[in-house]
Amino acid sequence: MSRILIIAEHDGQSLNISTAKCVSCAQAIGGDIDIAVIGSGADAVAAEAAALDSVTKVIVVDAEHLEAPVAANWAAEAVALAADYSHVIGPSTTMGRDLMPRIAALAGVNQISDIMEVNGPDSFKRPIYAGNAIVDVSAPAGSTVVATVRAASWKAAGSSGGAAVEQRAASSSAATHTRYIGLESGGSERPDLQSASKVVSGGRGVGSEDGFQVIYQLADKLGAAVGASRAAVDAGYCANDMQVGQTGKIISPDLYMAFGISGAIQHVTGIKDAGTIVAVNKDSEAPIFEIADIGLAGDLFSVIADLDELLG
Amino acid sequence: MKILVGIKRVVDYNVRIRVLSDGSGVDTDGVKMSVNPFDEIALEEALRIKEAGNADEVIVVSAGGDECQQQLRTGLAMGADRAIQIQSSEALQPLSVARAFLKIIEREDPGLVIFGKQAIDDDNSQTGQMLAALWDRPQATFASKMVVNGSSATVTREVDAGLETVEVDLPAVVTVDLRLNEPRFVKLPDIMKAKRKPLDVVALDELGVTVEGNIEVGNHAPPPQREKGVMVEDAAQLITELKNRGLL
Repeated sequence: MSRILIIAEHDGQSLNISTAKCVSCAQAIGGDIDIAVIGSGADAVAAEAAALDSVTKVIVVDAEHLEAPVAANWAAEAVALAADYSHVIGPSTTMGRDLMPRIAALAGVNQISDIMEVNGPDSFKRPIYAGNAIVDVSAPAGSTVVATVRAASWKAAGSSGGAAVEQRAASSSAATHTRYIGLESGGSERPDLQSASKVVSGGRGVGSEDGFQVIYQLADKLGAAVGASRAAVDAGYCANDMQVGQTGKIISPDLYMAFGISGAIQHVTGIKDAGTIVAVNKDSEAPIFEIADIGLAGDLFSVIADLDELLG
Repeated sequence: MKILVGIKRVVDYNVRIRVLSDGSGVDTDGVKMSVNPFDEIALEEALRIKEAGNADEVIVVSAGGDECQQQLRTGLAMGADRAIQIQSSEALQPLSVARAFLKIIEREDPGLVIFGKQAIDDDNSQTGQMLAALWDRPQATFASKMVVNGSSATVTREVDAGLETVEVDLPAVVTVDLRLNEPRFVKLPDIMKAKRKPLDVVALDELGVTVEGNIEVGNHAPPPQREKGVMVEDAAQLITELKNRGLL
């Protein structure tokens, strides 16, 4: 039977939702599921992890030098734990994509990126070519499976469990070659883009940083997170952590509303798993309409003004 | 200081990808091939570091069949000083590529190794991190800004939560994101000049690297298509549609 270790993503305060999605993927693989919380003073995170359904054990590796997710430090701890497991998985967020290949190389195995479906304990489906092809991949028999999980393909596991929490001492000392300086974050009060059930997004058609304000206003009215296309980010209309798409965030909200976004394949890759896609664009030939569930060809500013009025 | 830049030959990003009907792969017959766009950004950054006087030599390295010499020549035309092809008749997975790069590093002793953050064919995003692990050196992935200051580099990373800054001692591995720079265009005289620049070929087995533990790649399928939606005329109809779906 498989023994699966999930590397938790967290910020020291709370567990990132992608970890609960990894649990769903682990359930599909089948077997014993443990979660490693590597960090410093992350007791609240460990408690959240222990509450996730079907988790047997939460292993807390606590040391001051593990506070920031420096891959060299975290990978050393993960590899020390890995010997007891058939699978070591993490989310395919920037944290997981930074960390998991380092773990795989130290364990001497190739890594599987972006599991979207489980065929069997060692066999999975994953997207390649920006999601333009889905390929079946299998890890070689008898070797540890190290993989990242495409969060947008999985629902978060429930939180009615009660796993044991076990403390482990760090096995390595701090890597002196890497110094974490800090994180500059948008610091938005709005819902988190990656876990929000509604997302309102703006593209090049929004025209300016000022123009983008109407996107924020509509999002706030709907209680939605705010996203953007690469074109809008590159043009400086909004911060880069709002970018949705192949090279930005891949999301799966219940409702995605795209304003002034043409629908380049790289953007579509990031929203394909959304429940309902709404597109508003003045170009009725824009490719976004090919994948939209509800399309409206028209001026985004007047549509938003009307929505604003009708929604009261 | 030498800088190694890893470049991969991939299907050009403008090509519409078609999955072969027998599921054996995607159609690459007669398809335009290019340098992975993220790797072009990696090379541009290396050239800028050299032009700023912080490096002496930029070496482009690619692993693959002889056809990847075409992309190495593009790298030379952009301004790299020389090229190394790690020759392999089979497609190499990231762990093998990282092992081969480690052997090149032992020969060349670079201060920096720069890769694109991912290749746009396999979308793996692994090789740089694996190399850093095997080399036991720091990694700074998804860089949107980098400053080399003597024996270290300060790198701003595009992470989900915003912009993270790390300082890494050299030698280090950096993988680069889109917004780091805009790669230069290659001019015709540079293409002519590139033909005379050195391109060394070294076979994978000469480096003592054996391919093992590959992930088995099976059936390829086109992605599931979303069903065709409806068009509405105005905001009022849009709200009705959203309410019908229980979204408002």
